[in-house]
Amino acid sequence: MDIFSVALPAFGEAWSLILQPAVLVYLVLGVVMGLAVGVFPGLGGIAGLSLLLPFMFGMDPLLGLALMIGMVAVVPTSDTFASVLMGIPGSSASQATVLDGFPMAKGGEAARALSAAFASSLFGGLVGASFLTLFILIARPVVLAFGLPEMLMITLLGLSMVAILAGRIPLKGLAAAGLGMMVGTIGEADAGGSLRMASYDIPYLVDGLKLVIVGLGIFAIPEIVSLLRQDRSIARGASLGSGWLDGVRDWFANIWLSMRCSIIGVTIGVIPGLGGSVVDWIAYGHTVQSSREKARFGKGEVRGIIGPESSNNAKEGGGLVPTLLFGIPGSGSMAIFIGAVALLGSGDIEVGPGMLKDNLDITYSIVWLLALANVVGTVLCIAASGGIARITTIRFTYLAPFLFMLISFAAFQSGQSFEDILALFAIGLIGIFLRRFDWSRPAFLIGFVLSNPVEKFTNQAFQIASFRFRESIEAGMDYVFSPIVIVLVIITAVSVVLGIRQARTIMAEGEVQAGAKRAPMVFLLIISAYLLAALINADSISDRNMTDKIIPLVIGGFSLLCCLALFILMIRRPEGDAIFADKEVAGEDADAPCGLWSTLAWFGGLIVATGLVGFILAIVVFLTAFFRFRAGAGWAGTLALSAAGIGLICIMADVLNRDFPPGLLQGVVSLPWPLG
Amino acid sequence: MNIIRMACALALGLVTAAGLTMPASANVDFHDQTVEWVIPFSETGGSAKWANFFAPLLSEALPGQPTVVVKFMPGAGSTKGANWFQKQKHEDGTLLFGTSGSTQFPYLLGDPRVRYEYNDWIPVMASGTGGVAYLNSDDGARFDGSANALKDTNFIYGSQGATRLDLVPLLAWKMLGMNVEPVFGIKGRGDGRLMFERGEANIDYQTTSGYLKGSAELVEAGKAVPMMTWGALDAGGDIVRDPTFPDIPTFKEVCEATEGCEASGEAWDAWKAFFVAGFPVQKLAFLPSGTPQEVVDAYTAAFGAVVSRDDFAEISSKRIGKYDVFIGAGAKSALGTATSVPDSAKAYVVNWLEEAYGVTLE
Repeated sequence: MDIFSVALPAFGEAWSLILQPAVLVYLVLGVVMGLAVGVFPGLGGIAGLSLLLPFMFGMDPLLGLALMIGMVAVVPTSDTFASVLMGIPGSSASQATVLDGFPMAKGGEAARALSAAFASSLFGGLVGASFLTLFILIARPVVLAFGLPEMLMITLLGLSMVAILAGRIPLKGLAAAGLGMMVGTIGEADAGGSLRMASYDIPYLVDGLKLVIVGLGIFAIPEIVSLLRQDRSIARGASLGSGWLDGVRDWFANIWLSMRCSIIGVTIGVIPGLGGSVVDWIAYGHTVQSSREKARFGKGEVRGIIGPESSNNAKEGGGLVPTLLFGIPGSGSMAIFIGAVALLGSGDIEVGPGMLKDNLDITYSIVWLLALANVVGTVLCIAASGGIARITTIRFTYLAPFLFMLISFAAFQSGQSFEDILALFAIGLIGIFLRRFDWSRPAFLIGFVLSNPVEKFTNQAFQIASFRFRESIEAGMDYVFSPIVIVLVIITAVSVVLGIRQARTIMAEGEVQAGAKRAPMVFLLIISAYLLAALINADSISDRNMTDKIIPLVIGGFSLLCCLALFILMIRRPEGDAIFADKEVAGEDADAPCGLWSTLAWFGGLIVATGLVGFILAIVVFLTAFFRFRAGAGWAGTLALSAAGIGLICIMADVLNRDFPPGLLQGVVSLPWPLG
Repeated sequence: MNIIRMACALALGLVTAAGLTMPASANVDFHDQTVEWVIPFSETGGSAKWANFFAPLLSEALPGQPTVVVKFMPGAGSTKGANWFQKQKHEDGTLLFGTSGSTQFPYLLGDPRVRYEYNDWIPVMASGTGGVAYLNSDDGARFDGSANALKDTNFIYGSQGATRLDLVPLLAWKMLGMNVEPVFGIKGRGDGRLMFERGEANIDYQTTSGYLKGSAELVEAGKAVPMMTWGALDAGGDIVRDPTFPDIPTFKEVCEATEGCEASGEAWDAWKAFFVAGFPVQKLAFLPSGTPQEVVDAYTAAFGAVVSRDDFAEISSKRIGKYDVFIGAGAKSALGTATSVPDSAKAYVVNWLEEAYGVTLE
């Protein structure tokens, strides 16, 4: 394509399309709606876009695009609030942000963390858009160069970040990642449909566990429970140290890091089929490796926020390439976006290969609307961050019931069944113990997220490679060892070696005291028992479906070996060794005034009550009882807070057109919404 | 506790007044009501697109202009939502349910998860699509309207799974005596096309809209050669050329021209049954069992009004394709063709799935 005769005029045309007052108004409207939806964990862009869909039919294409893009663009920005302030990963785009963002909030630097994150997001979005403006013209052959072996290697590169985040005892990190991968294989296998650790009698498990639930369970629940036990505010001493200007300064001081991570984000976003799941881990890994001072990572290092946040907004831009050029959605929200574009106007804009030829001006408008939405969204977020950061100074006991309510609701949205909430509780328990015994939770999450891509790409690449090898050895070698694969193998190897060397200094769980042998060993044995069961289960799959059993067998076997090695180490090492890390021995959790089980019982009670009388009635009782008896509020305050909470959740569900989990009661009598 | 209850009820009442459903009314008028159209898939799939296209049009055409919202209930390849719908009774006519080929196939194959019975439901609308299979340019050069010269080639095909819609192309190629190895586990036909474009796969098929959007361009550029369409059903239930692709032969024609492939008998009946359930009658909208005739009539009339809009051909062709939309009695007979498969044909497919791919439906 001729840049000067075709691309430049289209580029100018795009800007004249964007800079119309009506378009800008719709963009801002979309941004505001996106921010409102995005701050609720687990809902994100998909919920927001489906909300807009009924209005898209026949709408002016440019206005419709502005509205939708405004919304999609700011979700990875606004979910930073939840991940930094409360340690809740709002979406896959903010998993890595939790690692350093939440410790900063606990250190009273929430405003600084937020504004650093937002400045990085903004910059990432702009870098992404600039890069795309040129790249989109030549993107097609580049995208087609990424076949299955290349995608497998990128996934493995993402997985290699486990090495950095493994924690003080690398074996534990590996076992945690393996466990995460094994949990990720639960359900019906993609390839042959065999069931792994699932049964048709429990239909819920057949679909596997959703990222929202695992993310909330592994990160949010342990933190909420721990803070609640300590009965304090998120920010120690309930004071806010540095303000939002410091965060912007932090970002500026690391502008080159931000630039590199943006490029990482946009390039990985371009490759269809990988989605956002690996991007922020690779960016985080790069940030750690390229930093001189590594000791503060995981305890509140601002660079640990700048890296992933720069990459995840840039990724949204990159994700437009497969969406617009191939008509293949890079993410769930992009899939709805494609569907919605067809509804616009008279349906003339067809997302797909014709986009560059027929609608280059629209393509450029989309790219730059995305960038502009980032700017608007970020400015709004930075303006709000100082105020919202105050939430970290509130006594946590007053926040926790709302959080339990929100995350239960969010979890329920992923599958709309009561089992969603049960699964959240179960994964939450695993998260609590991983945290207590200093098993790397990020490693577990990376394993879980990449479990499906690793399995899928391995099987598919193997199948096609053996097909090529049957043709000729040469064709097979060409396929497997393309230049891109070789480069990626080298990067992965370097990243693993560096990672292992640096892992000891990076403590994702902070300092943890070691204690007696018994509790850590019991936990290890429980994990091993599960792995063994999963291994036996995988082995029982018929050999005809080798694709469905090979990965669980290999990963499960490897994780079990790690556990065995840990067991031997535990027998040989004396009490008090780092291997017996236990947060209940000393430190915040051990000194907490409230016990683990009594605190968890509140959440358990909410779940049981939901199962009996449905979510809304259960939450009425839960909020009232919690504020009155646990928080010790007066009746007036109790009633006001409970009513506010219920009002909030009802408005949200009504606007987003969502249902609440029903209980046994609702199966017997028919109640009006929201009770029924 | 009474006070708390009252306060909470008040809080609830304030925010939910708009959301309460009204009691059933005898004469059909949906004024101020909300019709929920439940789709057993996620927001991102083709069925979502289909329902989102019809929802605003239906809202205009139903008596009283209710709001029509599309709700998603994904899970277990749509069997979860269908099992749920099976348990729903008629209340006030504000519940509509949409199914797709992915709901029909497990039903036809006797999947153990299926606890629903299509014949209990009342179909009000059905619509379909077509499909085109194509080859890469090398193999396409050897295609002469029959598969005779393709029998010694090894083909590789990106597939979503042998029990899904991909059953139709896989069985067709098998009947032609072609050696097609499916690579399972891709998500969506777009990924399959990408695999074909990268040269990792050398045979592919797309539904009509996917073909027009992406593959037609490959054909124009000489990178792909169309092989056959699955065809379309005429009024007598016979397979004829697809109206969207009148120049491309149907599988039936290719089969008749190919040695060893017969357009009759057990295999053919099985293929045709699954083709019908998967393509010409791919998507259906249902009312729950026990719905009174007057409500059924209201929906039939509304869908009828949608289809007879002056601009329907224009607005639908871009979004759902140029295929017949069956209404009322038409939808009923379409459902009949889609769900009545002779037991021998069913057994043939179940047996083939196990022999060829080790898929057992237990």
